[in-house]
Amino acid sequence: MSDKKTTDARVETDAATAVHDTATNANTTAEHGGLSRRTFLKGAVAAAGIAGFPYVHAQEKITLRYLGTAVNQSADIAKKFKEDTGIEIQYIPLTTDDVTKRIITQPNSFDIADTEYFSLKKLIPSGTLVGLDAKKIKYADKITPVLTHGEIGGKKIGDQGTAPKKVMFLTDQHSTQFSPTPTEWMTLIPTTYNADTLGIRPDLIKRPVNTWADLLNPQFKGKAALLNIPSIGIMDAAMALEASGKMKYGDKGNMTKPEIDGTIAALIEAKHAGQFRAFWRDFNESVNLMASGEVVIQSMWSPAVTKVRTMGVPCTFQPLKEGYRAWASGFGLPRTLQGRKLDAAYQFINWFLDGWAGAYLMRQGYYAAVLETARQHMQPFEWDYWIEGKPATQEIKAPDGQLLEKVGTVRDGGSYQTRMGAIACWNAVMDENIYMVQKWNEFIAA
Amino acid sequence: MATLPNPIAAGPAARERRKARRSAWWQAAPLTLAFLLFFIVPLVMTLVVSFWNFNEYEIIPAFTFKNYQAIFDGCGSLTNVCVTLKTYWSTLRFCVIVWAVTLVLGFSIAWFLAFHVRTVRMQTLLFMVCTIPFWTSNVIRMISWMPLLGRNGLVNQALVGAHLVDRPLDWLLYSDFAVVLAFVHLFTFFMIVPIFNAMMRIDRSLIEAARDAGANGWQILWRVVLPLSKTGVIIGSIFVVTIVMGDFLTVGVMGGQQIASVGKIIQVQTSYLQFPAAAANAMVLLAIVLMMIWALTRLVDIRKEL
Repeated sequence: MSDKKTTDARVETDAATAVHDTATNANTTAEHGGLSRRTFLKGAVAAAGIAGFPYVHAQEKITLRYLGTAVNQSADIAKKFKEDTGIEIQYIPLTTDDVTKRIITQPNSFDIADTEYFSLKKLIPSGTLVGLDAKKIKYADKITPVLTHGEIGGKKIGDQGTAPKKVMFLTDQHSTQFSPTPTEWMTLIPTTYNADTLGIRPDLIKRPVNTWADLLNPQFKGKAALLNIPSIGIMDAAMALEASGKMKYGDKGNMTKPEIDGTIAALIEAKHAGQFRAFWRDFNESVNLMASGEVVIQSMWSPAVTKVRTMGVPCTFQPLKEGYRAWASGFGLPRTLQGRKLDAAYQFINWFLDGWAGAYLMRQGYYAAVLETARQHMQPFEWDYWIEGKPATQEIKAPDGQLLEKVGTVRDGGSYQTRMGAIACWNAVMDENIYMVQKWNEFIAA
Repeated sequence: MATLPNPIAAGPAARERRKARRSAWWQAAPLTLAFLLFFIVPLVMTLVVSFWNFNEYEIIPAFTFKNYQAIFDGCGSLTNVCVTLKTYWSTLRFCVIVWAVTLVLGFSIAWFLAFHVRTVRMQTLLFMVCTIPFWTSNVIRMISWMPLLGRNGLVNQALVGAHLVDRPLDWLLYSDFAVVLAFVHLFTFFMIVPIFNAMMRIDRSLIEAARDAGANGWQILWRVVLPLSKTGVIIGSIFVVTIVMGDFLTVGVMGGQQIASVGKIIQVQTSYLQFPAAAANAMVLLAIVLMMIWALTRLVDIRKEL
């Protein structure tokens, strides 16, 4: 079954190349052609040397299968892109872990992948993705230095964990080695990124919270929650342990075995003392825990905080003195992608960086890879609120028009400069990942 | 099944028998093939993969006991019990509690349906009522407990309102209690069906005879009905035991992801592409569940009883 599928895919891509080549030769407009059996036959026949075939009729729409977490997969973006270019986007939304699994195990099942930089340490060695040609990306040199060089305004930011700059470039297009210095071949073209911190219920805590240590503070016994995605959960725990002075780390995103042991031991102790109310795995679970008041302090994601707030429940994405745990995601292309689908994929990436999509996602609290273009699609008061960290001079609305913030509010954590400048570490895959997962299971079982 | 070939019969009769046997093979073939393709082959593949090596992004065909060693790592120590034993202990404990509760509940409900409800129409109606929990998805049924049992949920509000407790009870949700409650809610039906089925096949004259012979209600239950519905009890037990042993969703949601289960370990491993480790865990789980089922079927010869 799977054998058959892969052969089919190969035949189709070959056909696509054939159609593409012959179409260009015949100087016809086949830009929006698709990959049906009919075009395959036509392509094959044309390739066999029959001239004058009516290619114009082969104009079928291209559909790009877009694999990713739901974060960037908005129906509005697909609609707008189709209006602008005629290319259809078909979303395949999965969880972060499943996106990784899919890219490695079924690399023919998508045309463009939107995944997080930290998964690259697994993805690139598996050889299913291909380096993107920076020369084909119009705004490649406009991509924020936060991601490409790990600096903001010339100032270095925290690079513990899998910082994007460490895995941004390949030594060659088909290489499975990361290049420490910029090259023409990029692993992912960044889409969105953000800095995560603790979410709190200020109405129930009734005192300022300014350190990660409060996650494990016995004062919140039975009212704290942790993220049960081992690689991210352990870093939040490490931030808390380091802040409380219980542990010291060389690199929280790449712990040694003794560091993992120490962290898990401390977590087990906290669990036995009844610190945690629950662990959560998906976005909605964290929203429910917070909105229902079961939990008053937990590691959280920015859109989840927004969701709790739109339910009318006070919730703050609390900036903390130790800094943020950051993440970034971007577009990668499968090695098998060829012909017009490949061109369409580049077209989509360029369109994505062109501002409309960036502005759309910035209104949800994320940051766009190219800020200049996104700015052109935002109102000045929106830019001031989201990026400059100034008080809102008009009502701030979500992309769907729902009211987010009233006049006068300031974004949690302040400006782009302040938030990004305070990054302490990045989501990571550790060298000792297998051991870490094993120990994490021990913690859950304790 | 076990009819011996008759040595006297010969000629056309033997041909007839051969034909019958051939057609029996044909009749069994589709199910056999389906079993082979969708059950035996994946199982053998799982077994094979459980001996393979792996790293972050690929599984490597090799022969290693590493995955099994990791499972039983440190299990020799008595003072510091290893994760595997702890996890199985927790899962087995749920299994026993849930089995006991669903058995008592399921048996009582089936008893009521079979012997106290007079009309077939009423029986059908009440039986349908028992299936209502299955009209919605498993996850929704579990999540619907939350507004009821949460810290600010209905039960706590009622208890605090009635001044029975000073502070909301925390152990109602995200606790062993919540997990057992959800299991019982979800799986009692699997106990009711086979027991009810077995009870309906009990000849009513046997009960009359017992009563005529002077047995009281308790004696009828213990000496007549229970032995005759043993098959139903065992089948129901197999359903409940296997489902609880393999579950990770209910334990996860109701336990606030804080309680370990064997299924959860396997799920975490597959999501981190550690397929060989997950396969090894699956094989161990399978062996243990098979042993439990084997023990249960020792108690009753299901094939004979059916």
